[in-house]
Amino acid sequence: MKLLDKTKKAFFSENPVTALLLGLCPTLAVTSSAENGIGMGLSTTFVLIGSNVVISLLKNIIPSKVRIPAFIVVIATFVTIVDMGLQATMYDLHKTLGLFIPLIVVNCIILGRAEAFASKNSVMDSFWDGLLMGLSFTFTLFILGAIREVLGSGAILGYKFIADTTPTILLFVLAPGAFITLGFMLVGMNKISKALQGGK
Amino acid sequence: MENKHLLILDSSPHGRLTDSTKKIMYTVTLSLIPALAVAYWFFGWSVIRTVVLTSIFTVGIEWLIAKVFDDKIDAFDGSALLTGVLLAMNLPSNSPWWMLFIGALVAVVLGKQVFGGLGQNIFNPALVARVFLLISFPVAMTSWPKPGALSDAVTGATPLGMLKTEGIGAIAKMDVMNLAMGNMGGSLGEISALALLLGGIYLFIKKYITWEIPVLFIGTVFVMTGIFWLADPAKFANPAFHLFTGGLILGALYMATDMVTSPLSFKGKLIFGFGCGFFTVIIRLFGSYPEGVSFAILLMNAVVPLLDRYFPDKKFGVVKNG
Repeated sequence: MKLLDKTKKAFFSENPVTALLLGLCPTLAVTSSAENGIGMGLSTTFVLIGSNVVISLLKNIIPSKVRIPAFIVVIATFVTIVDMGLQATMYDLHKTLGLFIPLIVVNCIILGRAEAFASKNSVMDSFWDGLLMGLSFTFTLFILGAIREVLGSGAILGYKFIADTTPTILLFVLAPGAFITLGFMLVGMNKISKALQGGK
Repeated sequence: MENKHLLILDSSPHGRLTDSTKKIMYTVTLSLIPALAVAYWFFGWSVIRTVVLTSIFTVGIEWLIAKVFDDKIDAFDGSALLTGVLLAMNLPSNSPWWMLFIGALVAVVLGKQVFGGLGQNIFNPALVARVFLLISFPVAMTSWPKPGALSDAVTGATPLGMLKTEGIGAIAKMDVMNLAMGNMGGSLGEISALALLLGGIYLFIKKYITWEIPVLFIGTVFVMTGIFWLADPAKFANPAFHLFTGGLILGALYMATDMVTSPLSFKGKLIFGFGCGFFTVIIRLFGSYPEGVSFAILLMNAVVPLLDRYFPDKKFGVVKNG
């Protein structure tokens, strides 16, 4: 029951992207397709779980004065693992995401969870927190990427459902499309969050 | 008009106008008729089709929004109609209907209603839609019908497009008078500079637009292109060519002067007009797009709140302390 509550919170009222507007850089930059969104989301999830667990383990030996550099070192380690892992296994995805993989280091969501949650809670809780936050990030990026892919390239997860000659709304695969889609997503997510809170 | 009988709690003097938003909107729409007539002359029935379809779409979408969200919106106050007509004038007359529909949707929803409706929008709705369509459907938005051609299938580039892709030689034989009349490829409403000027003068006499923005806008384009032309006539087109091609006159008279999205004060208007002209020339001469009027106006729209802040209206009767 507690887990269900936490899931609801992570996905809606405390969703890192649509409620807190954190991590907008990867959110806007790499979501030109649903596949990219999932790739970016899962990479971030992995880093988030790893860094949350390690930071939670180390929380008593990291002096509070240097905690931010210490967190960054831990996070950077996991990002390097993801970077190399993707390069070895999914080279195409790695090429598309490009610079945004190393940039996960400075993703506010990860540092935010490390500072606000992992450094104060038990290892098990931090693990669940990392997993839920990461999945909700992935979920949001997937929805955003899917909307942009459907409108902008007439495809979903790389499968094109309209003829090649049919024009699509190119703007949605470009940067302005990301902002416009995100704006409308915020409206929708706020509505859902309100409805969930009202239902309680 | 509901608050007609309420007390007006504001410092005097009070001016009373018989003008209403509705009346202004419909007058501006009517003043576009000469330009539309010229467009009909050159492009035929497709002009009527495009204008009527786009207007029905914009008014219809606004009416739907009023029905679903907020019954305070008056879909028939003329603003949606004006947006529709202006949007149609910014598109090729052979645009497919779904493009008109997407354009109308973007203009009304993204351009206007997401900001809170009429009077709240930062950007000119018709231009937002035009730029949206230009970026989304570059092919359809640059296949201009040739004037006088009997079939829509005959398409060509605009004079500015030719200048961009083929260089100065392509426009050498173009007669400026012909361009001013509107005998060229282009968006259906932008072609005839003279007919647009006619409507603009009418609006100026009715005091719905002031001279600052159009004069500064067009003047800046004229002077800047003139300087480049004098410096290197073999590379840059002459200022008269720049004046009468593309959407400059339409933009300067009808888009940049939009009451909602232009500055209030005299100085603000001067800077606004200059900025529009400056960016238009920069984009036309050095940008990757042949035409920059719509981008320039949108860019300057974004700084209007800033201009209003730095150059506030003078308060009536206030004396500067010596």
